[in-house]
Amino acid sequence: MLMENKAENKAVFDAESAKEVVKELRDSFVTGKTKSHRWRVTQLKAMLKMLDENEPQIVAALRDDLSKPEFESSLYEIQMLKNSCRLALKEMNHWMMPEKAKTSLTTFPSSAEIVSEPLGVVLVISAWNYPFLLSLDPVVGAISAGNAIVLKPSEMAPASSSLIAKLVADYLDSSCIKVVEGAVPETSALLEQKWDKILYTGNGRVARIVMAAAAKHLTPVVLELGGKSPVIVDSNINLKVATRRIIAGKWGCNNGQACISPDYIITTKDYATKLVDSFKCELERFYGKDPLESKDLSRIVNSNHFDRLSKLMDEEKVSSKIVHGGQRNEKNLQIAPTIFLDVPVNSLIMKEEIFGPLLPIITVDKVEQSFDLIHSSGGKPLAAYLFTNNKKLKCKFVETVSAGGLVVNDTAVHLAIHSLPFGGVGESGMGSNHGKFSFDAFSHKKAVLYRGFAGDAFLRYPPYTPGKLTLLQALLSGSIVGIIRALLGWFWA
Amino acid sequence: MPQPLGVVLIFSSWNFPFTLALDPLIGAISAGNTVLLKPSDLAPACISFLVETIPKYLDNKAIKVVAGGADIGERLLQLKWDKIFYTGSPRVGRLVMAAAAKHLTPVTLELGGKCPAIVDTLSTTPSKAKVTAKRIVGGKWGPCNGQACIAIDYLLVEEKLASALIELLKKTIKRFYGENIKSLKSISRIVNEHQFQRLVNLLKDPNVADSIVYGGSVDEEKLVIEPTILLDPPLDSEIMSEEIFGPLLPIITLKNIEESINFINSKSNPLVIYAFTEDETFKKRILSETSSGTVTFNDSMVQFLCDSLPFGGVGQSGFGRYHGKYSFDTFSHEKSILHRGFYPEIEPRYPPWTDFKLLFIKLAYEFDYFGLILLLLWFKRS
Repeated sequence: MLMENKAENKAVFDAESAKEVVKELRDSFVTGKTKSHRWRVTQLKAMLKMLDENEPQIVAALRDDLSKPEFESSLYEIQMLKNSCRLALKEMNHWMMPEKAKTSLTTFPSSAEIVSEPLGVVLVISAWNYPFLLSLDPVVGAISAGNAIVLKPSEMAPASSSLIAKLVADYLDSSCIKVVEGAVPETSALLEQKWDKILYTGNGRVARIVMAAAAKHLTPVVLELGGKSPVIVDSNINLKVATRRIIAGKWGCNNGQACISPDYIITTKDYATKLVDSFKCELERFYGKDPLESKDLSRIVNSNHFDRLSKLMDEEKVSSKIVHGGQRNEKNLQIAPTIFLDVPVNSLIMKEEIFGPLLPIITVDKVEQSFDLIHSSGGKPLAAYLFTNNKKLKCKFVETVSAGGLVVNDTAVHLAIHSLPFGGVGESGMGSNHGKFSFDAFSHKKAVLYRGFAGDAFLRYPPYTPGKLTLLQALLSGSIVGIIRALLGWFWA
Repeated sequence: MPQPLGVVLIFSSWNFPFTLALDPLIGAISAGNTVLLKPSDLAPACISFLVETIPKYLDNKAIKVVAGGADIGERLLQLKWDKIFYTGSPRVGRLVMAAAAKHLTPVTLELGGKCPAIVDTLSTTPSKAKVTAKRIVGGKWGPCNGQACIAIDYLLVEEKLASALIELLKKTIKRFYGENIKSLKSISRIVNEHQFQRLVNLLKDPNVADSIVYGGSVDEEKLVIEPTILLDPPLDSEIMSEEIFGPLLPIITLKNIEESINFINSKSNPLVIYAFTEDETFKKRILSETSSGTVTFNDSMVQFLCDSLPFGGVGQSGFGRYHGKYSFDTFSHEKSILHRGFYPEIEPRYPPWTDFKLLFIKLAYEFDYFGLILLLLWFKRS
């Protein structure tokens, strides 16, 4: 009923429909079905099967929506997802086990532990640039933590959204995991409901709306947003490797349309020309003389974004700074890798997150000045990158730059490391996920204290006396000497 | 690598004005932040003390205290903070989070709820029953006369044991706090007229008033309400639907103590569930079939002292946690850092992409080393 968005017979998904979905999932959750280890394992295995059996269809949907090259679809959407499933299957038992907590003299005798329990019914709202990864990866986390889930894929990637809806319905337990397709009205209807957690991937503007809606129900949120991820390029490095890695992280990731894509580069005035030349050389090696003919670049997702990016390129004082690229094809929604040198710091392209194939290079006199530049740009980004062999610079970078995650001498790859929490800070978001962090994001860590009846401390009960107070204070402080002194005082009083 | 979030705002409550202000402050400082502390204006003497004394001991370029009421709170909420830590009621918690949403400020909300205590130890030994009673009384009227987020709100006990429980409680109350309202000692009063009236109104419902089995006297002038026990007030009365936050203790009787699980689940998630029981199976059921911030077995209140346990709520009792290292974490951003060398380089990473490169990366991803070798030796083709 809910997934029928066909033109002739549109079933409207409104607040009532959203309420029913939540109720159905809550009823399923209350039965304890999703909490069982067996259910979680079955769902994750089903998801693996789903990815294995439908790879060509997924690649095709991504080609439809984004002209995404098969390589990227296969690696970033399918392989990474499969790895997530496999990791969860392997580690879930361990993640689900209660964690022992130390107890001290203060609560002696006692034992304590922290128990992970599912939050309940959760909402995952995902983005259009990695429609499969950003939808299903959080779902893997939510399943492994034992929740019931509603997934709302982005309507800006319609082929992917409808394939996700079909596959999830076919392979996963639809009494506990549902997909709701749609745009603003459907998302608003969902946001009016009470969820136990919301994970949103997207931009800051909508994130504010999501968090405000969550506030009405005191629903905790994870917001995976973006920002202007800077790349500092020092001299005395392996320039060829550095350039290639920047290209892979920028244009190799959905043609710059990724939250952790390098947004702009900062390098020294002296090094800039070498850097630009290196880019020209490697870009041609990767994408050929005419990048618009290359099959290895995604297109721009839609005409809104194409216009937005064109505006950034055409701004007076910016358009004259193009040192490479600039070709466009509006009909095919293509923009070639384009590099700018020294655009004004207050231009639009330096103020908003680019999210596209445009790469400004800003030059400074000394590489250390890059930190001031990053700091003055406002908002903390999701990622920050540094290419250097200088140990001191690395230390300064790690200590002073505030971002979701930092990578030295590469770009974007930290996404694949499950032992690293992936998430933002400030404008780039809150909360984290990937690997066990996803499991934790969708769990409530319940503190449990076990006490016995032996040795009831009469000291804690009224009538309160100074003697009791002194002794209790000593006990709470945990200091043996203090306790002995207090005891002696007690007995002598 | 943990990093301070930056400039944080801490709202604290009036019932434990020092702990609830300074404990989060300690966490914020240890994580390296600058802090503005806004204590509740319902504890004016404590606020004055904090306002005067904190600058004498702490760095007042980095740590400030501001006194004031709800209007000051509202104005503070319009500014951009790197974190907001709020202790108080769900109603205001919503306002805090909605304001934080405008700036995408992460929040920790320490709220409350109706914290139940399941009583299943009365038919064990007399000494255990006595200790149970002491811990219940200490956990209800001990913390600020019931005005605490982790105070026991109501009790659940089997019908047949109710009168024994009430007798024990009465004895213990008299011993701890005095025989009657005139000789009341070792107990806080109600914070102000507004809260006093709220509590008195809970008893106005005649069906509720009829269920009083002990206490019930009030002294409006001194803002004192004596420890009061009620037996089976109507379940739809306000005293059973709102968080009491005061010295009134309803006892709800059940045919079978196992029903307490369903009863607790019919209400929103509390901050703590207390369970006095020695039945290991029952303990496991309580743990897996209910949801609360914390569960404490066979005692009350002490989980607050256990710094290795995260203190926080779930659902309507809040989110986020603190105490011990959790305080440090709550005011930190865990920045992930990846160091790479320039070597080795994996060529297949780069376009132009071919079937070979695609297969290579797939195999590498799956750690299929044998497959990789075959591929490299041209024995495997896509």
